[in-house]
Amino acid sequence: MDMPSPDASILARKARILARLAAVLPKDALIGDEAETRAYECDALSAYRCLPLAVVLPRTTAEVSAALRVCHEEGVPVVPRGAGTSLAGGAMPTADSVILGLARMTAVLETDYDNRFVHVETGRTNLSVTGAVEAEGFFYAPDPSSQLACAIGGNIAMNSGGAHCLKYGVTTNNLLGVRLVRMDGTVITLGGPWGEPSGLDLLGVVCGSEGQLGVVTEAWLRILPKPEGARPVLAGFSSNEVAGACVADIIRAGILPVAIEFMDRPCIRACEAFARAGYPECEALLIIEVEGSEAEIAEQLGRIRQIVLAHDPVEFREAGDEDEARRIWLGRKSAFGAMGQINDYMCLDGTIPVSALPLVLRRIGEMSRDFGLEVGNVFHAGDGNMHPLILYDANRPGDLERCEAFGAEILKLCVEVGGCLTGEHGVGIEKRDLMGVQFSAADLEAQMRVKDVFDPGWLLNPAKVFPLAASAGRRAG
Amino acid sequence: MRPASEAELAEAVAGSVGPLVIRGGATRFVGGAEGEVLQTSGLAGVVLYEPAALTLVVRAGTPLAEVEALLASERQRLAFEPPDLRGLLGREGVSTIGGVAAANASGPRRVQAGACRDAMIGVRFVTGRGEVVKNGGRVMKNVTGYDLVKLMAGSHGVLGVLSEVSFKLQAMPEAEATLVLEGLDDAAGLAALRRALGSPFDVSGAARVAGRSLLRVEGMAGSVSYRLGRLRQMLAGDATVLEGTASAALWREVREVTALAGRPGDLWRLALVPSAAAEVAAAVGGEAVFDRGGGLVWLLLPEGQGEALRTAIAGRGQAALIRGAGASPFAPEAAEVAALSAGLKAAFDPRGILNRGLI
Ligand SMILES: Cc1cc2nc3c(=O)[nH]c(=O)nc-3n(C[C@H](O)[C@H](O)[C@H](O)COP(=O)(O)OP(=O)(O)OC[C@H]3O[C@@H](n4cnc5c(N)ncnc54)[C@H](O)[C@@H]3O)c2cc1C
Repeated sequence: MDMPSPDASILARKARILARLAAVLPKDALIGDEAETRAYECDALSAYRCLPLAVVLPRTTAEVSAALRVCHEEGVPVVPRGAGTSLAGGAMPTADSVILGLARMTAVLETDYDNRFVHVETGRTNLSVTGAVEAEGFFYAPDPSSQLACAIGGNIAMNSGGAHCLKYGVTTNNLLGVRLVRMDGTVITLGGPWGEPSGLDLLGVVCGSEGQLGVVTEAWLRILPKPEGARPVLAGFSSNEVAGACVADIIRAGILPVAIEFMDRPCIRACEAFARAGYPECEALLIIEVEGSEAEIAEQLGRIRQIVLAHDPVEFREAGDEDEARRIWLGRKSAFGAMGQINDYMCLDGTIPVSALPLVLRRIGEMSRDFGLEVGNVFHAGDGNMHPLILYDANRPGDLERCEAFGAEILKLCVEVGGCLTGEHGVGIEKRDLMGVQFSAADLEAQMRVKDVFDPGWLLNPAKVFPLAASAGRRAG
Repeated sequence: MRPASEAELAEAVAGSVGPLVIRGGATRFVGGAEGEVLQTSGLAGVVLYEPAALTLVVRAGTPLAEVEALLASERQRLAFEPPDLRGLLGREGVSTIGGVAAANASGPRRVQAGACRDAMIGVRFVTGRGEVVKNGGRVMKNVTGYDLVKLMAGSHGVLGVLSEVSFKLQAMPEAEATLVLEGLDDAAGLAALRRALGSPFDVSGAARVAGRSLLRVEGMAGSVSYRLGRLRQMLAGDATVLEGTASAALWREVREVTALAGRPGDLWRLALVPSAAAEVAAAVGGEAVFDRGGGLVWLLLPEGQGEALRTAIAGRGQAALIRGAGASPFAPEAAEVAALSAGLKAAFDPRGILNRGLI
């Protein structure tokens, strides 16, 4: 992966830059020592690492603003960081950059059940936002699998999704407002608990901008009343085509489950070996979850059962109790761990139109043979967001490169059938150089003009999202 | 000007020397842009409709009514129920889907299913520079690059002219019903709406019109009657139920703000923290229609009440004057935010020719 070479003049000014940061921050908020900055050298795309110039860990918006002002004046790139779980290299530093970590800003500033929002600092983890409101019967809907670790700030930057977004939407659909610190230190508020922009929807473009437009320090999030209950069913099929047709029929019938998850044979096998969830031997498996009262669940599951049975399933299993529900989800929830048990893996997340599912899975199978690398597929089937997991051996020379080439081919295929490169993980450095497959020069130019307005010096997370050649004239150095 | 294709549209914008007024059906235009009219009605037609994927791609000048009829034939719909505001704004004409997107026109179901912007998954547009830009696409989950789809939603034509919009759709429910609560004052009637919205009973409309509080539930027949029953229990008091077409007719009136149509005075659109609604409305007087549990208030006031209104709101929301002298689709914004908006306007339309004066 190419990264721009670090700006030598910044490296030469390290002592001065650190001294200036030290002057505006509490003592323990600045880390310059290599032994300690090492923890920030990568995110969950751990094949790529680089030590930053320094790390700052502010406790307040004012400290964030002060640190940014110094970096702005010194012309130092800044990489915002939540929990570092990005799978796209979004939080990876360059040698001439300062990591600005929000991990110490975790406060709940206000909970308002009457108006159904919570106001939090963005270093707070996703799951602990729900934790703060669940006693009153509420939850925060977007639920990325990484929710125990990932921070709200990272979720906003990546516009993260989750297993239940089929019904509840992704981060942008649940975000009411933010406090944003611009690169020059200016603090602004976009939106608010009333959930509407005053003019242009700037909040809408900040969400998903991968830390390139500003540092989000606070957020107003919509919270929802918890449903009375939820229950999954499991259906096994003899082919991907039939499972795909079943998904289409469920949607056509007007049923809106909260989740429809899809696993193919390699993935089912790996999960069985790892978690022993008791999944059937079959080519494709669906987990479908519905919500509501007992009677409502029964009403929906009755319809779903009819549709599934019409597709001649290998197995159809309804959860009779909590424990059976847990076992149905167990394999799916351990999918990444199971694949990781077999080997190193790369997780892709292109989206395709659901109708293209059988074609895409067939092509991935063929490519898997051509590249000589195994791949398992987990898939948010209701919305077409795929997660092919390509297995490789990091210790075998050339394997990572082969895996990346395979991944790139899959993503190109996603675009070719009418989909996109990434459905929820973001572009980061990982898909940066594939952007030209999906976008024309004018498309990218329009996006970069937005960054020009928010961050004219291109100092915030500059070497991400856009192909380096496309952003070359804008980035410093 | 009435370009018949996106390429013609790009040429028209690039070649234009003076300001342009972008016109879909002119049914929801607010504010005073001046210049040569650029009509989008030539850019019409459905590009792709895949019912099994809940996806629609449609050219911007396509009449809204055509889109709705097409979806209805497959028992699907736009989840955000775009309101027809012709009566309220005193307009005639044919609403286009591009106008809906450019105005982020969203109805009462926003409390449950989101706004127009939440259903928009892709756009194609021509910037003020005359360049064709696409963003998003036809799939529901997409975080590839910046989300210019959201930026274009509700931008009222100041950044670019939409040529194509993609939507995520919703299946029509089997049943709908409305619980009508009578005999409560505004404060209690709005509190009841907020309680219902905070319940697990999946309310898809929460409005208060002419002294009655209205709560809508939609879905499978059994589920609708169950939830209605639970809401009724929870909110004890005088209540009646309207079902099916009677319920639908009621929500059409809410959506179109029929109660305030054709009446003289300034018309304000307020976005509020819902619990502030009763107090704000009482403080300034006038006549109010409350939607979204009080999160949206349409307020009819005598002229010149802007200052009093903004004082009453005080940090709990915002107000836009949408009918009256000096009307604008936008609420005033903080100087730092306005500077960013102006920066984006200059970046996308450096000559300032698109709907000049609106922002
Ligand atoms: C096992 C595993 C499972 C996952 N499952 C999912 C899933 O189901 N759905 C999903 O969408 N993602 C998933 N992810 C990806 C990842 O967890 C998300 O992208 C998450 O939102 C990142 O949050 P973070 O706090 O770790 O951000 P980081 O990794 O620290 O940063 C991510 C990006 O956000 C920017 N950023 C962080 N904080 C801020 C801020 N306050 N202001 C501005 N920019 C900021 C960074 O610069 C970077 O570009 C998964 C990751 C792992 C490792």
